Amino acid sequence: MNITELTVHELKDKLKNKEISVMDITNSYIDRINDKEKDVQAFVTTLTQEALEQAKNISGEEGEYAGIPIGIKDNICTKGIKTTCSSKMLENFVAPYDASVMEKINQSGMITLGKLNMDEFAMGASTEYSYFKKTRNPWNLNTVPGGSSGGSAAAVAAGMVPWALGSDTGGSIRQPASFCGVVGLKPTYGLVSRYGLVAFASSLDQIGPITKDVEDAAMLLNIIAGHDEKDTTSENIEKKDYTKALIQDVKGMKIGVPREYFGEGINPEVKAKLEESIQTYKKMGAEVEEFSLDIAEYALATYYIIACAEASSNLGRFDGIRYGYRTKNFKNLKDIYRNSRTEGFGAEVKRRIILGTYVLSSGYYDAYYKKAQQVRTLVKKEFDKAFEKYDLILTPTSPTVAFEIGTRSNNPLEMYLADICTVSVNIAGLPAISIPCGVNSDNMPIGMQLIGNKFEEDKILRAAYAFEKEIKFRDNYKPEFRK
Amino acid sequence: MQVSREEILHIAKLANLNLEENEIDNYILNLQDILNFANVVNNANIEGLKETIGANDNCNVFRKDEIVQFEDREALLQNAPEQERGMFKIPKVIN
Repeated sequence: MNITELTVHELKDKLKNKEISVMDITNSYIDRINDKEKDVQAFVTTLTQEALEQAKNISGEEGEYAGIPIGIKDNICTKGIKTTCSSKMLENFVAPYDASVMEKINQSGMITLGKLNMDEFAMGASTEYSYFKKTRNPWNLNTVPGGSSGGSAAAVAAGMVPWALGSDTGGSIRQPASFCGVVGLKPTYGLVSRYGLVAFASSLDQIGPITKDVEDAAMLLNIIAGHDEKDTTSENIEKKDYTKALIQDVKGMKIGVPREYFGEGINPEVKAKLEESIQTYKKMGAEVEEFSLDIAEYALATYYIIACAEASSNLGRFDGIRYGYRTKNFKNLKDIYRNSRTEGFGAEVKRRIILGTYVLSSGYYDAYYKKAQQVRTLVKKEFDKAFEKYDLILTPTSPTVAFEIGTRSNNPLEMYLADICTVSVNIAGLPAISIPCGVNSDNMPIGMQLIGNKFEEDKILRAAYAFEKEIKFRDNYKPEFRK
Repeated sequence: MQVSREEILHIAKLANLNLEENEIDNYILNLQDILNFANVVNNANIEGLKETIGANDNCNVFRKDEIVQFEDREALLQNAPEQERGMFKIPKVIN
């Protein structure tokens, strides 16, 4: 038995039956990190020594997940541990408090194995914009893992952590999950507290699980979901047990397939695999129907206007005064602000701050920002209409499989187009999951996205679970660390 | 969409960023590219639609204003780029 190949629900069962111990699990993961990290480069900070100490002292009474390891995206604050956002700006920032999700993770008894690499401040779709390192895709080390939660998805795919937390502002959980052949769930806006998540675009950001299978995603969502007074946008709704949604049956479920997501720009192999998946759902008894949801392009433009506008405001706090990078080159306070920001932020972050400042500046506010907010209403309305007819919406997660490192990082607009299938979900605040649906001729994973109506995570989990049981992706395909 | 040199420098100033001489043209081109793409929002039929401010419809979420003391002063100060006698240190701002 190879411990690092097991899912968390399998680990839990084996712990319960005393087939393995917490020390066995911790040691296996540390060995695996020592073996694979040099190729994959998923971690900004590894906590292997700390994890060993913690594992030694685990009695099993700490919580439901006592001794289960986890990896955390490096924009989620962890008390006493560096939280860098993969930026020079926060290279030495040690969070003085835990994010609300971390309090829940710690209460459950989990052991944090490290902080995972990402695009700087979560701005990117390939993890190439990290200040520290380029993470590599475990399926083919010459390709990107996707982004911005590329470290989280690559670490899970490489078996260096059994599961991880990511964050998703325009696809940053789902797209890397798709590229790395794992499961990524972006919850409904307001289901998971954002307190302690370093803000990129506050009206779009959500924390969510990246896991090996759908059952683990439901389990991790159970832990992190729930109202939090510290986040006024978190919704006070009744708590659900998402594992109850895991039924291997989609009979009668109504699935809408928006034809615009299968048109121009989608890779033919991705399209073919998605069409095969649609047939699988039909065979399983779901009612699948094509329809028109002509918002993808509007949503992408709206996304970049709103996300950059919010980022330009959110990132205003980095001024070199109380924490973060401070320039050595200053004579007065204004110099500190400008030079610290200029030297501390990378090119993509500056590009987005400038775009955001532009669309909010007088003279352009009405033409861009105001209009984008109206288009946001339009996108929501179109989804509302669709969910009157369908239980869920099926699309590709990304129009392509993982691309080669360096092929898009110099063309911002082309990088933005990588988000075309995912951003509308954040614009409307909906939940969506990406699960692997097969591989292309080069053995690279292809992701399928299932979008649900607000707070209907249970429906997408059910449909994803049934599909996963049907095609058995993990039994058939594994990352090969090809060089 | 044309962006002028003056405009980009003005925006950079608003954003508290310096642009190096050799970066300016590139920033202008990138910004123009993205704005040209963003112009598709003008084709959307948004007549009569209200603006969406947030992803959910909550407004004015109240809670009790209770004071909670944050005890770990050291943890806060250790992140300061410069500190002296338990205070954040900055250059002189008043002459």
